[in-house]
Amino acid sequence: MADLAIDPRMELNPPLVQGGMTYADVTEKVAAITEQAPPKQWYVVFGISVMLAGMLFASLGYLVVTGIGVWGNNSPVGWGWDITNFVWWIGIGHAGTLISAILFLFRQRWRTSINRAAEAMTLFAVACAGIYPLFHTGRPWRAAYWLFPMPNEALHMWQNFRSPLMWDVFAVSTYATVSALFWYVGLIPDLATLRDRAKTKIRQIIFGIMSFGWRGSARQWRHYELAYLLLAGLSTPLVLSVHSIVSFDFAVSIIPGWHTTIFPPYFVAGAIFSGFAMVVTLMVTARYVYNLQDLITIKHLENMCKVMLATGMMVGFAYGTEFFIAWYSANPFERFAFVNRAFGPYWWAYWSMILCNVISPQFFWFKRFRTSIPVMFILSIFINIGMWFERFVIIATSLHRDFLPSSWGYFSPTIIDISTFVGTMGLFMTLFLLFLRFLPAIAISEVKGVLHHQINQQKGGAH
Amino acid sequence: MSELIQINPQGVTGKNYWRSLDAIEQNPEFVQWVEREFQENASEMLDNGSRRNLLKLMAASFGLAGAAACRRPVEPILPHAKGLETVVHGNAVHYATAATTGGAATGLIVQCHDGRPTKVEGNPRHPYSLGATNAHAQALLLSLYDPDRARHVHRGANRSSWDEFFGWAQTALSPEQAGSGMRVLAERSSSPTLEALRGEVAKRFPAARWLEFDAVSFDNPRAGAEMAFGQPMEPHYQFQKADVVLALDADFLGLDSVSILPVKQFSAKRKVETPESAMNRLYAAESNYTLTGAMADHRVRARASEIGTLALALAKELNVSGAELKVLGNAAGVSDKFVAAVAKDLAAHRGRSLVIAGPRQPAAVHALVALINQALGNTGETVVYTRPVVAESAASLKQVQELTADLNSGKVTALFLIGGNPVYSLPADLSFGEAVKKAKSVVALTQEANETWNAAEWRLPETHPFEAWGDARALNGLASIQQPLIAPLHDGKPAIEIAGFLARGERLSSHDLVQTYWSAQWGGEAKKRWQKALYDGFVEGTEYPAQSPAAEITAVLAKVNGELKAAPEGWEAVFFPSAATWDGRYANNAWMQEAPDPMTKLVWDNAALISPASANELGVKDGDYLAISVNGREIKAPAMIQPGHADKSVSLSLGYGRAACGRVGQGVGHSVEPLRTVAGFHIAGGATVRKDGGSYQLVTTQEHHSMEGRAIVLESALATYREHPDTFEHMVHSLPRASMYSGFDYSQGYQWGMAIDLTSCIGCNACVVACQAENNIPVVGKEQVRRGREMHWIRMDRYYTGSEEDPQVVTQPMACQQCENAPCEAVCPVAATVHSPEGLNDMAYNRCVGTRYCANNCPYKVRRFNFFNYHKAIEETSKMVFNPDVTVRMRGVMEKCTYCVQRIQEKKIEAKADGRRTLRDGQVVTACQQVCPADAIVFGNINDPESRVAKLKKQERDYELLEDLNTRPRTTYLAKLRNPNPELA
Repeated sequence: MADLAIDPRMELNPPLVQGGMTYADVTEKVAAITEQAPPKQWYVVFGISVMLAGMLFASLGYLVVTGIGVWGNNSPVGWGWDITNFVWWIGIGHAGTLISAILFLFRQRWRTSINRAAEAMTLFAVACAGIYPLFHTGRPWRAAYWLFPMPNEALHMWQNFRSPLMWDVFAVSTYATVSALFWYVGLIPDLATLRDRAKTKIRQIIFGIMSFGWRGSARQWRHYELAYLLLAGLSTPLVLSVHSIVSFDFAVSIIPGWHTTIFPPYFVAGAIFSGFAMVVTLMVTARYVYNLQDLITIKHLENMCKVMLATGMMVGFAYGTEFFIAWYSANPFERFAFVNRAFGPYWWAYWSMILCNVISPQFFWFKRFRTSIPVMFILSIFINIGMWFERFVIIATSLHRDFLPSSWGYFSPTIIDISTFVGTMGLFMTLFLLFLRFLPAIAISEVKGVLHHQINQQKGGAH
Repeated sequence: MSELIQINPQGVTGKNYWRSLDAIEQNPEFVQWVEREFQENASEMLDNGSRRNLLKLMAASFGLAGAAACRRPVEPILPHAKGLETVVHGNAVHYATAATTGGAATGLIVQCHDGRPTKVEGNPRHPYSLGATNAHAQALLLSLYDPDRARHVHRGANRSSWDEFFGWAQTALSPEQAGSGMRVLAERSSSPTLEALRGEVAKRFPAARWLEFDAVSFDNPRAGAEMAFGQPMEPHYQFQKADVVLALDADFLGLDSVSILPVKQFSAKRKVETPESAMNRLYAAESNYTLTGAMADHRVRARASEIGTLALALAKELNVSGAELKVLGNAAGVSDKFVAAVAKDLAAHRGRSLVIAGPRQPAAVHALVALINQALGNTGETVVYTRPVVAESAASLKQVQELTADLNSGKVTALFLIGGNPVYSLPADLSFGEAVKKAKSVVALTQEANETWNAAEWRLPETHPFEAWGDARALNGLASIQQPLIAPLHDGKPAIEIAGFLARGERLSSHDLVQTYWSAQWGGEAKKRWQKALYDGFVEGTEYPAQSPAAEITAVLAKVNGELKAAPEGWEAVFFPSAATWDGRYANNAWMQEAPDPMTKLVWDNAALISPASANELGVKDGDYLAISVNGREIKAPAMIQPGHADKSVSLSLGYGRAACGRVGQGVGHSVEPLRTVAGFHIAGGATVRKDGGSYQLVTTQEHHSMEGRAIVLESALATYREHPDTFEHMVHSLPRASMYSGFDYSQGYQWGMAIDLTSCIGCNACVVACQAENNIPVVGKEQVRRGREMHWIRMDRYYTGSEEDPQVVTQPMACQQCENAPCEAVCPVAATVHSPEGLNDMAYNRCVGTRYCANNCPYKVRRFNFFNYHKAIEETSKMVFNPDVTVRMRGVMEKCTYCVQRIQEKKIEAKADGRRTLRDGQVVTACQQVCPADAIVFGNINDPESRVAKLKKQERDYELLEDLNTRPRTTYLAKLRNPNPELA
């Protein structure tokens, strides 16, 4: 590849796949991960994750048996870590579909190396998020089905479709369904590859069933591409709608600090911000563990840093706008809510959020930091933390001091709040590690599509 | 449990069944096991007031009340084989009875469902209730079902029986045996039957002494009258006639009154119907910040020990004596200007003014106040006197001193402690607990196994007032017959049965004793009058005649001048009854423990209240321990800063830190009783207060006390309101009421609404506890209140305005506002909270899944969530306190005020059954409205323009809270008015 180095076009636009990989190399590299015993680190991390997931289920069991009181929620702070975590996880779940669908429609070919893992992450994050709306209710054994619009002996009537919580149910369940479909459709050609490479009967049967009889014929490819395009088109508005609707939980209410029209775009930007941060956190790790530097290149990571910089700035702008509008509205309750946010009892949460979400992404202005793996890894963790604080600030600090000072209060979490939250991380990691172990973490067929383009370019350049 | 395995229970005939070898052998361990009401681990549950423990003990305790089930019926019980006309299963029946405070009766109406009392109301025909009660009367109900009540007769620690006791008493207490060594120490009582029996006891035991003592004493006003008029008399203040009132350390609207009558009378003078209406004016001088101070138009901080000084200065200003008067200068912090202005105002309202002093103030202050009232021409107008309803009404401290001396000298052979808790509450310098041991035999009759019970040889369970017959007089002498509402739940007997035994040497039932007494009074018409007295709740024509005695001013002034001394240097410690536990008798009552103190909002605790300046000086903040000592006696108590408190004064509330109490009250708070001495029984001067190590967690229901400049409680001076009746309109920011929808047609039928007059509301908590009783609201315990999970449907918001040193206080009862545009309704995903056609914001508990979204979105924060199962594992008998008309909510659901929808429905059904079409105004009353002594809460049909509530809502003072949110609440508030003296403005 020495001749490539002197090609000026290559300087400006380095290839998406490096290391001179051939089609066979790509297949081998990705498929082998699922076929060989995982490295030792995998077992260690998986063991910890499973234990944490077990802690989640133990905490939820205790919660259901005892009551919401095992958490720190109170009056006036009816929602604490539960809904904070819900919104945080849903936000994280945004990057996957964005990368898969929107970047696909925009023909951003760099997405191919990361979209599969990002989509999986989306699904697992939505699964974690889905725990909270159910279990934060006082009577989850009722909420489990009363929140769905089906005939029901106990209610004797329809649900209240005016409630943003109902909208949430529809938005999140639609998002989860479409994301799962999209992810699975994308997996089909790769599952067929795994089937073809299978050396054991069990793998043959399982991947045989899962790949739906994929043969790779031109006709199948034509249908497949069309289906993928359609699903991408279907998913794209969902990326915007889910978090918009989640934000309605707050925007539709009358609580100062919640009742804000800026919430839908602000929440979507924040979701993409946190989603990309989580993708970076995970991909940097996976890339290191599985030696995928050629497939997930610095260019991919740098692009993601750029997205984080852009969405981080949007979020920062939203913070500023909220303050401006609170002042400009001349509504004393609004003004108080925002001053209280920054300088009230929860000042530390607010300034942690500003530090993590507004200040830390500014490093990405510099290419040096955008291309530094340790820097982006650390900053991505910061952003994850900052986005959690953002949700906490919005939910808890708005509730803890609203209209009547007589009922002001304070929220502090209990050990069960913490174990539930940490437990969902365990569940997420468990699912993600299982995904890495058993399914192709990189979209083989799509990477080959990029590779094909690249090889043709090289040929043109050499002659 | 024990009821299942009775060891040869008394009265058992026939075969003796046994369960185990232990049982038949009467193995001591087994006997003990059976004897223990709560088995080992069970009794050790409550080491602190946590929710979990509280629930356990409430549940277990209620459940164990079921031990009642194993009593052998003594009297024949006949089933209602034929239906009775008056008794319909499921319908409540109401009986008139009475309860006493400090010996004085308040008439009550008790609601019973299927034979069990479920709610206490005031008796509208009784002149000392007029339909209202205070919080304590409401809480009597929970005390009735208190599982920790004393159940059985004990001799020492061993179970005994009434037969054994009376058998012993027959010989040991014969006049020959007990003779001159018999002493009876009882609670204050006004019972005519008991009075008659005491007379008989005195005849049978000529050398015996019967004395009375209450830890919360109202002796001083009577002693003051004795000083002024030569005999102890009970002053009766006529606030309804007074245009100007000066309260000197007198919380007559709160804890310094034995009934709620002063509140009724006072608030009648503060009903401002139009801007032209008149309003009385209240001045208050006090050390602690009381409800009376909060209602005052002018309040000055004065140390309790300097009230006498202030009274003298006032007397001089008013020229009471006509001659030069020795004065002690001025009370610290009270300006000459204030004294002059008050004197001028009082003098300008001769015969229509009133000066009163609180029961903590020494007799000399009361005498001086009587002189001032006389000089102002108020005697016979705004204050009248009668003979006291309690015996030896002014000397109980002296008597208990003598009693202790007799005990210590070994003179006492038999000591009867009837009611109360003298071992806990007698002045500490008497060391009564030690002295008691020197009596040959001690008999205690108490409702709970308290400190006194533990000190006695014979421990007798006393009945609850709702369990036995009795009688009592209201403060003006009007007698009521207390009729029992339920057979005794445990093996208890009332005090008059013990007195009857002492008097006649035979066992007589309380019914016979009371009926015999009254039959003798009535003669021929006895039966008819007995029925009428029970029906009315009082005995007509038994009031004492009102007198207007005149004092010899010069002579009395000389005495007063001799007694009143300048306040000693240094700190003073002032003892107050607790708004929750009173003198400790409600310590085991979870409703009272969780009812926030009206001023500090403290729950499940007492604290040493000090002023902000004193706190600064001591370098303490809320919860830091103080060491308070008086004459070498020292206690530790957590400090709490009370804005508006007098400097160098510490207010201590009685009734906490009980060593022997039921599981609710055991060890709750800090006992201040060790500091109380005969000399410093009310006010202990010369105290030292210093910061001690460590701190303590005090839990309040309200942590923020400023309105933050928001238009929450609107307040104005009467004069401003007269000049600008629209003054309140300018205080709120209203938006045009535009809607895209036409709205529901509410023009037909009932439209419920409420108006709360903040000018009348005194913030006393009666509504909070009444609501708790009516609506089966659980108690959650200190730890859960700390977490912000208290369940009260109506809360009493209290805000300070002005400076920290000298603030004013406003109170605002806050329950669900039943918004027309209810923010909660829109956000509930399962439509568990919906609007009714009558305008109520209904809760469908069965539908609720508990998302808590409604509570988040409620701008008034009046929704309450069941974070835990607060009714877990309640056994059958514990359910007896519940109102069967109201759902008991399970864990995980939201609850809130519904305007007592069960009462609305009940009356609608009644009206329908009567064939009437519509309800009359005032027919449906909510629990909070019914109990309110200030008549501040008015509920009714706002569609009816003639209804009281509709008329109130038309007043210019009427406003919607947070109107700019366009929630359109159906509860509106009438803005607060004060009537300040322009000269002091």
